[in-house]
Amino acid sequence: MDVIIHGLSLDIPLWNIKPPRLVKEMKYTIKKDPHQDERVQEIIEISGQNIFSCYQCGRCSSGCPMAEFMDVLPNQVFMFLQEGDVDTLLKAKTPWICAACFTCTVRCPVGLDLAAVMEAIRELQLRKNYDYVDPYKVDERDILPPIALVSNFRKFTP
Amino acid sequence: MALKKIMYYPGCTLKGVAKNLEDSTLATARELGYEFIELPGWTCCGAVYGLAQDSVKFTIANVRNLIKAQEYGKEIGDNRLIAVCSMCYNNLRRAHIDVMRNRDKLKTLDLFMDEEPDYEGNINVQHYLQFLKEYGFDNIAEKVNNPLKGLKVAPYYGCLLLRPDEVAIDDREDPHIMEELLEILGAEVVDYPLKNECCGSYHTVDKREFVAERTYKLVSVARDVGADVIATSCPLCFFNLDRRQEIAKQKHNDFEHMPIVYFTQLMAIAFGLKGDDVLHFDRHYISPKEVLAPWL
Ligand code: SF4
Ligand code: SF4
Repeated sequence: MDVIIHGLSLDIPLWNIKPPRLVKEMKYTIKKDPHQDERVQEIIEISGQNIFSCYQCGRCSSGCPMAEFMDVLPNQVFMFLQEGDVDTLLKAKTPWICAACFTCTVRCPVGLDLAAVMEAIRELQLRKNYDYVDPYKVDERDILPPIALVSNFRKFTP
Repeated sequence: MALKKIMYYPGCTLKGVAKNLEDSTLATARELGYEFIELPGWTCCGAVYGLAQDSVKFTIANVRNLIKAQEYGKEIGDNRLIAVCSMCYNNLRRAHIDVMRNRDKLKTLDLFMDEEPDYEGNINVQHYLQFLKEYGFDNIAEKVNNPLKGLKVAPYYGCLLLRPDEVAIDDREDPHIMEELLEILGAEVVDYPLKNECCGSYHTVDKREFVAERTYKLVSVARDVGADVIATSCPLCFFNLDRRQEIAKQKHNDFEHMPIVYFTQLMAIAFGLKGDDVLHFDRHYISPKEVLAPWL
């Protein structure tokens, strides 16, 4: 079954800031019963979140400071998970663009911790020894604060 | 009067690039009658708290720090552990709450760290702002001899002082604790709608342009609401808002620079502590000297 999803960023224009825009139209196929999908179950286990309780209100996406840089919006992460489509999420840039700011976490009306789900999606890859950032290629080492480097490597290297 | 001793967790960044935050903190605390003693043998907090539920590896270092605080706290008779860096505060406080809620986790960690005593769970991790509020803003007013009259400040909290809920030092959507302090210091606080929005955090290492966009937005809005400076408490917010103005300026013609300061620096100035050894303005990319000249 093919489903077309229209993702509208709910970013409210504020002063000189970019107006709302239509995120590219996405087409996805319901792959498999998520309850049977190992990787969905793994994401649930790592994040400790019941991904099925999301009802797509969009509040997470509307407040996300990084949404304008994402290819899959925060609420769509749950949409793909509920449809068992982990492949799209593993290919997406979004989990690597989330800044773990917890804005969505504290605002979600059903109490879902999306930051932890983003981490779980990253973990699926990091635990296979994947380096998203190569620590040896980082420049500006002399001016970057240690917390920037430590937090970056913790999120982006195994 | 002898100074009262209290434990203080500096963290890596205050020992290096954020000397301006550390020295202004220590100097202002001294004015209030407190000697901040570095927690003996502290180790890095890890900067970001691990969110994976099935792993305890990111909690170990923090619990170890808490145990060190527990032992040293007994010696000096005060169980408060003060952090100034938002990330350190968040990590230590989260670790404390996490192991108190999940005793199994604590048990695993205690067994793992068999050389240390067990964590008893009585360390009160506080951010410097909380410490100051507890001390009493009215009492702080007595120390102000150089009120920052006419200085328009945008208070910027960022994420980690306010989120997640269990570590919030104030209302997460409309915090006021920094405003209260700044007003006591004589400054004029502007209503800054983005005060709790993220600066882009650790993306500054590998995705500078994104962070520069955040900086552009945060600084421009502060300018629009009439601020002269932005005050913060986090060395990473500070770095992003200060240093990334360089890229923001290259990308946006209408961008105007704005100096970023730590709230502790403003406090030091209001207390009449204006030495370079306290303020270290040489650590700023955009120098606040010109804007703060009337009070220096
Ligand atoms: S805020 Fe919560 S319920 Fe609403 S779309 Fe986001 S995750 Fe789902
Ligand atoms: S934690 Fe990530 S997904 Fe959630 S609001 Fe922040 S940047 Fe967006």
